[in-house]
Amino acid sequence: MLDHLDLTKLVFGRLSWEAIPLHEPILLFTFIAVALGGVALLGAITYFRVWGTLWRDWITSIDHKKIGIMYIILGLVMLLRGFSDAIMMRAQQAFAFGDNAGFLPPHHYDQIFTAHGVIMIFFVAMPLVTGLMNFVVPLQIGARDVAFPFLNNFSFWMTTFGAVLVMASLFVGEFARTGWLAYPPLSGLDYSPDVGVDYYIWSLQIAGVGTLLSGINLIATIVKMRAPGMTLMKMPVFTWTALATNILIVAAFPVLTAVLALLSLDRYVGTNFFTNDLGGNPMMYVNLIWIWGHPEVYILILPLFGVFSEVVATFSGKRLFGYASMVYATLVITILSYLVWLHHFFTMGSGASVNSFFGITTMIISIPTGAKIFNWLFTMYKGRIRFELPMMWTIAFMITFVIGGMTGVLLAVPPADFVLHNSLFLIAHFHNVIIGGVLFGLMAGITYWYPKAFGYRLDPFWGKCSFWFWVVGFYFAFMPLYVLGLMGVTRRLSHFEDPSYQIWFQIAAFGAVLIALGIGSFLIQLFVSYLRRDSLRDETGDPWNGRTLEWSTSSPPPAYNFAFTPRVYDNDAWTYMKKHGYVRPLEGFIPIHMPKNTGAGFIIAALAAACGFTLIWQMWLLAGVSFVAMLLAVIIHTFNYKRDYHIPAEEVVRTEGVRTRLLAGHV
Amino acid sequence: MSDTTVLSSHGAVSAGQHPLFHLPGEHHPENGTLLGFWLYLMSDCLVFACLFAVYAVLGRSFAAGPSGADLFDLKLVALNTTFLLLSSITYGFAMIEMQRKRMSATMIWLGITALFGAAFIAVELYEFAHLIHEGAVPQRSAFLSSFFALVGTHGLHVTFGLVWLVVLMVQLTKRGFIAENRRRLMCLSMFWHFLDVVWIGVFTFVYLMGVLP
Amino acid sequence: MSAHNELAAHGGHDDHHHDHDDGAPHATVKGYLTGFILSVILTAIPFWLVMGNVFEKSSTTALVILAFAAVQIVVHMIYFLHMNAKSEHGWSMLALIFTIVLVVITLSGSLWVMYHMNHNMMPGLMHETHKMP
Repeated sequence: MLDHLDLTKLVFGRLSWEAIPLHEPILLFTFIAVALGGVALLGAITYFRVWGTLWRDWITSIDHKKIGIMYIILGLVMLLRGFSDAIMMRAQQAFAFGDNAGFLPPHHYDQIFTAHGVIMIFFVAMPLVTGLMNFVVPLQIGARDVAFPFLNNFSFWMTTFGAVLVMASLFVGEFARTGWLAYPPLSGLDYSPDVGVDYYIWSLQIAGVGTLLSGINLIATIVKMRAPGMTLMKMPVFTWTALATNILIVAAFPVLTAVLALLSLDRYVGTNFFTNDLGGNPMMYVNLIWIWGHPEVYILILPLFGVFSEVVATFSGKRLFGYASMVYATLVITILSYLVWLHHFFTMGSGASVNSFFGITTMIISIPTGAKIFNWLFTMYKGRIRFELPMMWTIAFMITFVIGGMTGVLLAVPPADFVLHNSLFLIAHFHNVIIGGVLFGLMAGITYWYPKAFGYRLDPFWGKCSFWFWVVGFYFAFMPLYVLGLMGVTRRLSHFEDPSYQIWFQIAAFGAVLIALGIGSFLIQLFVSYLRRDSLRDETGDPWNGRTLEWSTSSPPPAYNFAFTPRVYDNDAWTYMKKHGYVRPLEGFIPIHMPKNTGAGFIIAALAAACGFTLIWQMWLLAGVSFVAMLLAVIIHTFNYKRDYHIPAEEVVRTEGVRTRLLAGHV
Repeated sequence: MSDTTVLSSHGAVSAGQHPLFHLPGEHHPENGTLLGFWLYLMSDCLVFACLFAVYAVLGRSFAAGPSGADLFDLKLVALNTTFLLLSSITYGFAMIEMQRKRMSATMIWLGITALFGAAFIAVELYEFAHLIHEGAVPQRSAFLSSFFALVGTHGLHVTFGLVWLVVLMVQLTKRGFIAENRRRLMCLSMFWHFLDVVWIGVFTFVYLMGVLP
Repeated sequence: MSAHNELAAHGGHDDHHHDHDDGAPHATVKGYLTGFILSVILTAIPFWLVMGNVFEKSSTTALVILAFAAVQIVVHMIYFLHMNAKSEHGWSMLALIFTIVLVVITLSGSLWVMYHMNHNMMPGLMHETHKMP
């Protein structure tokens, strides 16, 4: 009998039926809704018999365009989850005063704000940004794909399975209650003995591998695969910001990997890196995690600065003002982002000399961003501005981000930060820059490049609805938080005593409702645009009179992107081509060398996720098995040397012929 | 650079007047594998930098337990270092034989490298076993936690390199010196030498400085 | 690059331009042996300095052996890793320099920050508590 018990423990670890939260009505309801939705989705795929297509054309695809689209789908799906967390928090904080305890006990509320942060940063913002870079960069540099197409697919699935683990924590077990950075000792074994922090660790480790490899991939792509004639200083600005972002990724994510590994050692093996006793030092965790954390926020924003540069130039009908200074500003931000990290913990006690140094560097880093804003304004000056949606988002960004940036510089002053650290003022500041900068930029970028990806523009009416709901909603949701922060309200609280706060929380809740309508309008926009796609069709491939190479291809581009590798002579290569009598070649097509699709990425990532899940639940036997299986899958994959094929010339002729007819019909 | 119109179209492009906006034939961008692998090594460097930083900050927190001076056997470390250094040049000789396209010589030197690498791991495992037997377990103090994390991570990398080496030797017997295999050998070469570089940091910063009063 | 080469058979590329594809400088036995001997010397001396208690002050020993380590790392970079400014059009060197800068920032930054943190926030563990305000 003893043997039997040991076997159960060995196989199932601490997983048991109790892990399923049947006693929590909100979770139960969510689970039922998700299960029904999931069954409906699987049923639809089966009914329309598209499993084969799904596997062959999407899951195993190494095409950067498809992978980019999948990243964006992942990000948008996770946005719905992350935003649900936000709405729940706003609802709780609008009503939980005095005797009213609200509907979320602290045990639950703490998981919500942790999940909200983790999901929004790692599984919404990062995938959306990565998706944009993945889709656009090879097209902008005149390449057929990224440097390592298989790794690209693998990176995507690692990110997705990281998200799957986080979602699994909703229904099996629980999530961390530590806040999105999981500081010890709270995240250590003594204070979080449950699976929550383990879910956090393994989902981030798995996603982190994906991100790191993606960073290496895009740097190698930009360095090695630019079209002839495209020197570094002739690259589009979006490609420059993508390069800087990926340098930051390769330089920062290893630190996250190492720190989370040390935390997991503390939890699994009982080491003393960040414990309170036996020599451990929790402050070292805070120090290291922010050495990662600050470059991370620049990873989020730099690509969007690139988007704005493209959008402003295109919709002002003018070359970007100050190209060289934009490049230098980007590089300066990249380097300086490593010299400011302590401003996230001025109050931890490093003293005046250390705090002053980092306060000054933080103020300095705002300068190159300021230079960029001026360059965008100078680009618009005396331009012929078209207020298409991407431009509207850009203007909203400029106003909103500058406000957020200014509150950031305010927080950079240590004495001010001593009052405002971890207050709602801080929350308002970073949402200000993330929503105003990252989200508005993503909306601009998605709207801008959507026609390129799908062959039709997005419906402008619903786009404008989404825009106004988002922008107005943002201000209603977060300006009250500045007020509350200055009044002294601390972050991450689920209940309050002072009724004078309540009106502000209620205004914020109203703002959240407006944002919900904004998200809803966006989803409707996607649906309506699909229905109206014929009237919104982009037939030329260049719906905005763009300036860079991606607009020279059809919408959507063929699998091989360019029938012939472009030759570049100047910045704004496509504008140059249009101005100098470019005529699209109609013959002379040759077979094109392309990489093959493969299921190996999906399989290895799935095994990694299985390994993560079994480690979380301490199912040691299965953890060992899945780890070995994953290693074997990797080794077997390296024995596959046949990873490419040629698209026959006839197929290229046919594809190009379709486009020729489309262009002729359009004229 | 030929200007003759390999292509023709309406409003024909005449040579010399309009620049050619594309390459008429197949374009092969430079292979990015070596650069990509070097970038990965730089990221690995930062992982080790983190572990070194942790060791630097926590490395004197003995928690009234044993210190480096109490524990480290420098003669064993010297032996270890020798094994790793020798394995570095034997891998180098394997690369030279690869350049000369001599398969059996390459395999022999790779095999010797593997043996030296295995010897390094064996000595390290012996050292760890001895420490644990003495009660100097990773859980004893922050110093020991950082020691085992840093040296252990390096050892794990070496182990992984050995697995990779064996797999590559099998792939060499199957496919010979094709370009893909040569690239893999060069990547492993970078990886292997990089591990030796990290070890210089380890034996200096951890072992030698660890026994200093 | 004439149109000739572009249209050449794809399979031919790899063999004709194998030097190009490899992109790696040629190693020599002499190079490896030089690197090896230098490394042996640069390893033996630090071991001797520590095991033989050559310097009085630990701090002197520490600085000297760290310097030897730095030199040996450079030796490995040149003789074993064939590090040079030409490799990958200078990108290898750029990546290395950037990484070194970040390693220095991470190490020195962490040490500086944590020293002050420990000093201010963990007084029981520091021997300079009398210096506190």
